[in-house]
Amino acid sequence: MTLPAIQVRDLRKQFHRRRKRRGANAPEAWALAGVSFEVARGDTYGLLGPNGSGKSTLIRILSTLLVADGGDVRLLGHRLPEEQARVRWLIGRVSVDAAFYKKLSTRENLLYTALLYGLDPESAERKAMRVLEQLGMEQRTFSAPLEEMSRGMQQKISIARALMINPPLLLLDEPTTGLDPKSRRDVQAFLEDLRRREGTTILLTTHDMAEAERLCGCIGFLARGRLIAEGTAEGLRRQASAATLDDAFIGLTGETAASGEAAAGTPTSR
Amino acid sequence: MERGLRQTWAFMFRGYHLTRRYLSWVVVFNFYALTGSAAVALIGVAANDHQLTLTLIVGALLWNFLSVLYNEIAMSIAYERWEGTLEYTFMAPVSRLVHLVGVSLFALCNSVVNTTVVLGGLMLFTPLSLSGANLPGILVVILASTLAFVGLGVMAAALPVLSPERGAEGTHIFQGSLLLVSGVYYPVDVLPAWIQPLSALSPATYTLSACRKLVGIGNPATTAERLAAAPLSAVRGEIVVLVAMGLLLIPLGLWVFGRVERWAKRTGRLKRTG
Repeated sequence: MTLPAIQVRDLRKQFHRRRKRRGANAPEAWALAGVSFEVARGDTYGLLGPNGSGKSTLIRILSTLLVADGGDVRLLGHRLPEEQARVRWLIGRVSVDAAFYKKLSTRENLLYTALLYGLDPESAERKAMRVLEQLGMEQRTFSAPLEEMSRGMQQKISIARALMINPPLLLLDEPTTGLDPKSRRDVQAFLEDLRRREGTTILLTTHDMAEAERLCGCIGFLARGRLIAEGTAEGLRRQASAATLDDAFIGLTGETAASGEAAAGTPTSR
Repeated sequence: MERGLRQTWAFMFRGYHLTRRYLSWVVVFNFYALTGSAAVALIGVAANDHQLTLTLIVGALLWNFLSVLYNEIAMSIAYERWEGTLEYTFMAPVSRLVHLVGVSLFALCNSVVNTTVVLGGLMLFTPLSLSGANLPGILVVILASTLAFVGLGVMAAALPVLSPERGAEGTHIFQGSLLLVSGVYYPVDVLPAWIQPLSALSPATYTLSACRKLVGIGNPATTAERLAAAPLSAVRGEIVVLVAMGLLLIPLGLWVFGRVERWAKRTGRLKRTG
């Protein structure tokens, strides 16, 4: 039996706010209050939730950037945080902010990442350029500083950077937020093609219901740090007796996917 | 092995290209270091005191070298926070040792360039002659002190991981304290008695003491035309202390950095906005 690419069991994370006066830090709401789900190899799983629902916290834990307070996380069979050094070779991440050295060119940023991963710079660069061409970028932009590029272009370069290392697991944290419709469509088509061609497992967080419906075989609704419901888009609509995924989300979570900070959660298991 | 070398090179590659893009600022910083050092050295020229002039020149050159080295390493994490790339560096499969070695090597190159510029400038502004100085001995002392300053820099680099704003401020406070207690431009015994014990803890104190002897400062035989430098054996004590400090501070720095990184991952402090 093949192990799932992502196994998350009863995952909990709570942050603490520093008090101005002396004394212990004040605990805040649970960012993740007992989240459990699995993603099979080669699948695309969508996590939908409003701001503050715990999506980015979850991605950060899977990216080895945060240590959970409790629960069990395994990526491609490797447990976190114990096997984080191994996991780092297997994951690519695209965050909502395309984090680059803005004064450096596309080529310099990508070569830096290739070297950081110990790759042969020439073959890594060729692969990244191929991805960028597939995403509709022109070669002449590769030597321009990132600060001169639009957010959509930067986000495409961020995707090329993540794919340059050939990761079997891709963590996408709102990769199309703020993109124009054309760029958004380019990225979505590319991700569909990538999954089909390479069998890459993708975990995608988004506010965009249509995007989740288009790309994801399975969708989870996250609200107040808890996974409220999961299933196919059709299954979720049926479960909520709703006509659209938007309505299903509101019906099942009591929130809208694009709403502001969620209310305080309580630690519970799913 | 090849992978480790590429990863080390990544940080030098990044540093080189960022320097290229911020070249005008690099020129400004080097110009300011040059004029600041010349202004200090000219105090000795005005006093018509060759020994004082040499003391000030040695102090200016060494402080430029050591402070640029320390500052580049200590601020490397703060720079990444400002650029927003810290999370990507920390999730890359590169060991913290390789990461900090790469950063330190680039910092060393930067320090050498900066000090060379300052030395060239001082030769224009002062009657500086290195004839008779024990230059190979000075190189040995600088290499020994580089280890200790890399250790201090790595430890200080952990501060911006703890707190984005306060951490960067803390690295500069520490740097200023080193300048004060190490006797860069004066003997440490002119410091108030209560602060003098701290000078024994600074590697710069031993670097300066050794380099002054190797230049011939304090030796009555030294003249403006010919320096009467001490042999390397005369500074054996300082070299032993500096190497011991390096051997202690580098592993200690890496340990402190590792502890702070783990803490940051538990509390969520790696986040771009801190």
